Amino acid sequence: MGTALRWLLFVPYGAWLLIFVLLPLGLVVVTSLRDIDGAWTLANYERFLTPTYLAMAGTSVGYAFLITVITLAVAYPAAYLLTRTRQKAFWLIFLILPSWVNLLLKTYAFLGLLALHGPVNALFLAAGLPERPLLFTDFSFLLVSIYIFIPFMILPIFNAIEEIPPGLIEAARDLGAGRWDVFRRVIWPLSLDGVRAGVQAVFIPALSLFMITRLIAGNRVITLGTAIEEHFLVTQDWGMGATIAVMLVVMMAAVMAVVGRKGERT
Amino acid sequence: MRAIAGLYGFVAAAALLLWGVLAGLEHAAGGPADRTLIVFNWGDYLDPSLLQAFEAETGIRVVLETFDSNEAMLAKIRQGGTPYDVAVPSEYALSRMIAEGLVRPLDPALLPNLKNLDPRFLNLPFDPGNRYSVPYFWGTVGIAYNREALGEGAIRSWNDLWDPRFRDSILLIDGVREVIGLGLQSLGYSLNDTDPVHLAEAKARLDALKPNVRAIVGDEIKFLLAGEEAPIGVVWSGDAAEVIDENDAFDYVIPEEGSNLWFDSLVIPTTARNVAGAHAFINFLLDAEVAAQNTEYILYSTPNRAAMALLPPEIRDDRRFYPDDATLRRLEVYRDLGRRTLAAYSELYMAFKMHRK
Repeated sequence: MGTALRWLLFVPYGAWLLIFVLLPLGLVVVTSLRDIDGAWTLANYERFLTPTYLAMAGTSVGYAFLITVITLAVAYPAAYLLTRTRQKAFWLIFLILPSWVNLLLKTYAFLGLLALHGPVNALFLAAGLPERPLLFTDFSFLLVSIYIFIPFMILPIFNAIEEIPPGLIEAARDLGAGRWDVFRRVIWPLSLDGVRAGVQAVFIPALSLFMITRLIAGNRVITLGTAIEEHFLVTQDWGMGATIAVMLVVMMAAVMAVVGRKGERT
Repeated sequence: MRAIAGLYGFVAAAALLLWGVLAGLEHAAGGPADRTLIVFNWGDYLDPSLLQAFEAETGIRVVLETFDSNEAMLAKIRQGGTPYDVAVPSEYALSRMIAEGLVRPLDPALLPNLKNLDPRFLNLPFDPGNRYSVPYFWGTVGIAYNREALGEGAIRSWNDLWDPRFRDSILLIDGVREVIGLGLQSLGYSLNDTDPVHLAEAKARLDALKPNVRAIVGDEIKFLLAGEEAPIGVVWSGDAAEVIDENDAFDYVIPEEGSNLWFDSLVIPTTARNVAGAHAFINFLLDAEVAAQNTEYILYSTPNRAAMALLPPEIRDDRRFYPDDATLRRLEVYRDLGRRTLAAYSELYMAFKMHRK
């Protein structure tokens, strides 16, 4: 009776997967093979290999990489300290709270904060420093993106560190390992699963950011996400938009493969 | 196992219940089709208190959805997921909608307030005889600049934007036709030029402007300029009026080389389910007092002659927003260029955005 029931239980998720993941993905691939008049072609992929799109792909990957690395650098110590505090639940809520606020709203808030005559520049003035343009710079783009992604990095790392049995750490101490060695040889390797999950949760959406690129970066940063939006909404060249989407999926799959493999057996 | 079966049962029951509640609600509201009206408008392009007035007057509930470009609006109407009852295309998008059969003919008998409109804005080439559309607002594209920071008359033409004094000083509105158009007009070409050689020249000309461009932004350009984030903005006339309203250091000029003259119209897409309600809504907006109130709220230029009479003279006589005939003759209306040319425009525009100084 076991197998029949198990198959039955798989039906809802299987149907979900088919209707909302596989079918749309198939449609995207089919669309990517059509030109602006609907004829079959591979020209879209040729166009992707021209300097404009390659540069865009390079920018997207570069920024996504930077965002992920800096987010990790901020989030890992935070997650680690979080596991060492007494009121874990309280601090966790405190860190997660901002992610309850709508993304667009937060972005608009930054638009006000970073304005030329906004509060941040007022602080600069008060400190005797001149006002400086903060909006529409690489710095503000990275700042806002990282701010938005931090909770997605902290949570899985926090969970991974929490799950390390305290006995292992005590044993390492008893056997003569210093603080650094305990971290390097016990905590870090055992928390890697969390890091991997966090990196995926940040890198993949960072690759296709598009709203922040306009609002905070003033279209000075152009990612593939922006190009997809442009092709679907403005140009009506769904074929090219779909091609970029397919290339993004390929790039994401590559990242998953690399990140996944590295930690399989350390 | 039993627990899981129970869970399935629960989910199914909940879904059924919600479906029942929804059906009940729709029934109580008198059916969705004739008691609600789905209006698809540009963002911030209608005085919200007028919506309440219309709802109170007719008992029709208005659902307002917004878009930020003609292209996005067209894509959603073409795709047909939402049964929009009223939409607000600009003239070149309207021609496309007529050509593709996306709009239904209007019934003039249901629009007695048509008599309020200025005949200069009726029977225009994109919809002869106004079979499908009624003008809503019109305006121009131009340059808003901070005259206190830059000096009175610092900017008169598109070509002034290239002045090296204005490094990192310009905000551009994020529109393909607007940006490529200013490149073309600064070279003396038409806004509707389709010659690839001219387009390439315009792109090169725009790349040279890049050092002066601080950012390319959307609707937020209004509060960015009013907050003096940058002293110069390439904007639609009504946005400029709003900036000036909030910060009177700003002035608005229609560039000497010429610019774009545009008309936004009210139409009823073929997706409409509440055709009678849509006519009632359009007629309501054409009412002299309603149109005057709406104009004072939005600050774009109204084609409604009866409403003009009700406007304060400082709005009515402002030549920047109601330009004289000599200026109007310099302006060009966008033509629908077809998908291929628009794709070429977009490609250049994206390359321009990618261009690093």
